[in-house]
Amino acid sequence: MTGVTTREMTYAAATNEAVHLEMARDEDVVLFGQSVAGSPDDPFLKAFGADRVRVTPISETAEIGMAAGAALAGKRPVVDCTMAEFLLVSMDQVVNEANRFHYMSGGRVTAPLVLKAGYGFTAGWAGQHTGSIYGMFMGVPGLKVALPSTPADAKGLMASAIRDDNPVLFLHHYLLLLEQGPVPEGEHLVPFGSADVKRPGSDVTVVATGWTVHRALAAAERLAADGVDVEVIDPRTIAPLDTATILTSVEKTGRLVLVDQATRHSSVATVIAGEVAEHGFSALRAPIVQVTALDASIAYAKPMEDYVLPDEDKIVAAVRGVA
Amino acid sequence: MNADQARSVLRTMWRIRAFEERVGRLKRSDEVHGLIHLSIGGEGVAAAVCGQLRDNDVVYSGHRAHGHVLAKGAPMPETMAELMGREGGLCRGMGGSMHLVDVAHGMLGATGVVGGTVPAALGSALAARMRGEDTVSVVFFGDGAVQAGTFAESVNLAALWRLPVVLVCENNGFAEFSPRSAHTPVERVSDLVAPWGIPAATVDGNDAVAVWEEFGRLLAGVRAGEGPALLEALTHRLRGHYEGDPDRYRVAVAAEEWQERDPVLRLERTGLERGWFDADEAKAVREAAHAEVEDAVAWARESPWPTPELASSLVYGS
Repeated sequence: MTGVTTREMTYAAATNEAVHLEMARDEDVVLFGQSVAGSPDDPFLKAFGADRVRVTPISETAEIGMAAGAALAGKRPVVDCTMAEFLLVSMDQVVNEANRFHYMSGGRVTAPLVLKAGYGFTAGWAGQHTGSIYGMFMGVPGLKVALPSTPADAKGLMASAIRDDNPVLFLHHYLLLLEQGPVPEGEHLVPFGSADVKRPGSDVTVVATGWTVHRALAAAERLAADGVDVEVIDPRTIAPLDTATILTSVEKTGRLVLVDQATRHSSVATVIAGEVAEHGFSALRAPIVQVTALDASIAYAKPMEDYVLPDEDKIVAAVRGVA
Repeated sequence: MNADQARSVLRTMWRIRAFEERVGRLKRSDEVHGLIHLSIGGEGVAAAVCGQLRDNDVVYSGHRAHGHVLAKGAPMPETMAELMGREGGLCRGMGGSMHLVDVAHGMLGATGVVGGTVPAALGSALAARMRGEDTVSVVFFGDGAVQAGTFAESVNLAALWRLPVVLVCENNGFAEFSPRSAHTPVERVSDLVAPWGIPAATVDGNDAVAVWEEFGRLLAGVRAGEGPALLEALTHRLRGHYEGDPDRYRVAVAAEEWQERDPVLRLERTGLERGWFDADEAKAVREAAHAEVEDAVAWARESPWPTPELASSLVYGS
């Protein structure tokens, strides 16, 4: 970010700033949600009024379906869906209506819509509020999925999501909301389908998303002390997925560790493993290793939560196993 | 309804009837190859509702949408070509029978999932109102959709925000393969919305004149900004749920009885009685509709198949 003025701010504030800037830029951007406009002092409500900032009842199907219909008619709704799991209540609208309108109409209509939801709240929120369930959306045609890991990416991906002509699932990580980082001032757009090399390295490629990007970076620092140079890549959007950047890195390192908070069989890791096995096999000098959550629900008790999830130690061990 | 309106509605009804009967035959010869749900028997509702809408009023529908799309103004050749899966179709052959879209005439979407487009109508209505327009959204759905959660959620939200939406329930007494009584103890759909204070009416859907008058009354209030309304039209689905349905779950209506109930013949009789048109005019309308369908089939047959390039290029919009 050389040459760009930045400000330290939280991931949550950066996301909100993007929504605010886009609402100021384009009057067709509207904000819906079950917990928006919580008070008369709400900054969105004060800036844009009750016509554009609308509280919706706990009716996910009507809420998201209504937003999709508004999108078809020229609006660009941002729906704050609170938790990714709440999308499951309205699955038809998310994965079988809004995402298909463009395709099924032969391109005659578009549904520019952002569904913003949090995921991965592994802090004692137990089985139904902690999932990293993006895997069940990434293979859905017509739907884009963004998983920012830093405040700057949160701002840039949200702005791009709002300007995108497709339904976008913008998934913010609950454990990152209060993390601080430098965020470019003013307009900041992060393109979709463009992975970011968060740490260059030459020995082992580690691909991680969301909160696990920071676990991977911490693991990389520990491994650097042992003389293992780890490259950490964050895909940033998993649909579209930038496999080219990953394959280029594997060409260089010959070793790939995939870190993912999702259950293994519904993870981005497994999809990337398949792509690299098919298209990067000749570059591999060790088996691909996946560090994912177990194929289990997240348990409530803290030691159980730790047992189920990937962490820094598990990443370090995986990298040592292939380096 | 006056004479001009009656002639226009009769013309639309014959166009739908001729189209649907031809599609049924094309399905049996596999020129229309997909899952097809015909609306024979429901023409009066499509024609009398859409006949009172403007091009920029929005319509959504479900799986039995051919009649709504034609009544809203979609060109018949492109509609037929879509059912035949051709590039020249309304949706370039990518959507087919259950997903007809014609933006120029306000037909924004149809779904194969029962109730799936009901909330979309709310959003389009909201968008229009935010732009300061007096356009309305109409969503057609069957009585089966009323038992889905999306219906109750959408009624609540439409009433809460006083959205300019007309919910048009075509109650043909059968939710797919089951009589209404097997799915709900509530007989009248129009009874369901009373707590929300939504104007609602039940009308004989086989009587296009009655549909016209009742829908017109509700539409005036919705367009004037009084909030949503619901029209329940009692119809009969002459064909099975889908083409090929063995239809063993109900007793067929006797031919003589259908002659009495058939909404197209009924409007013809009413029009003749009231002097809205004479027998020659009615015959000419019928013959023109059949000729138009044959022209549409010929046009569609000349249209090429969509190219494989579309399979990937249409996944995302721009």
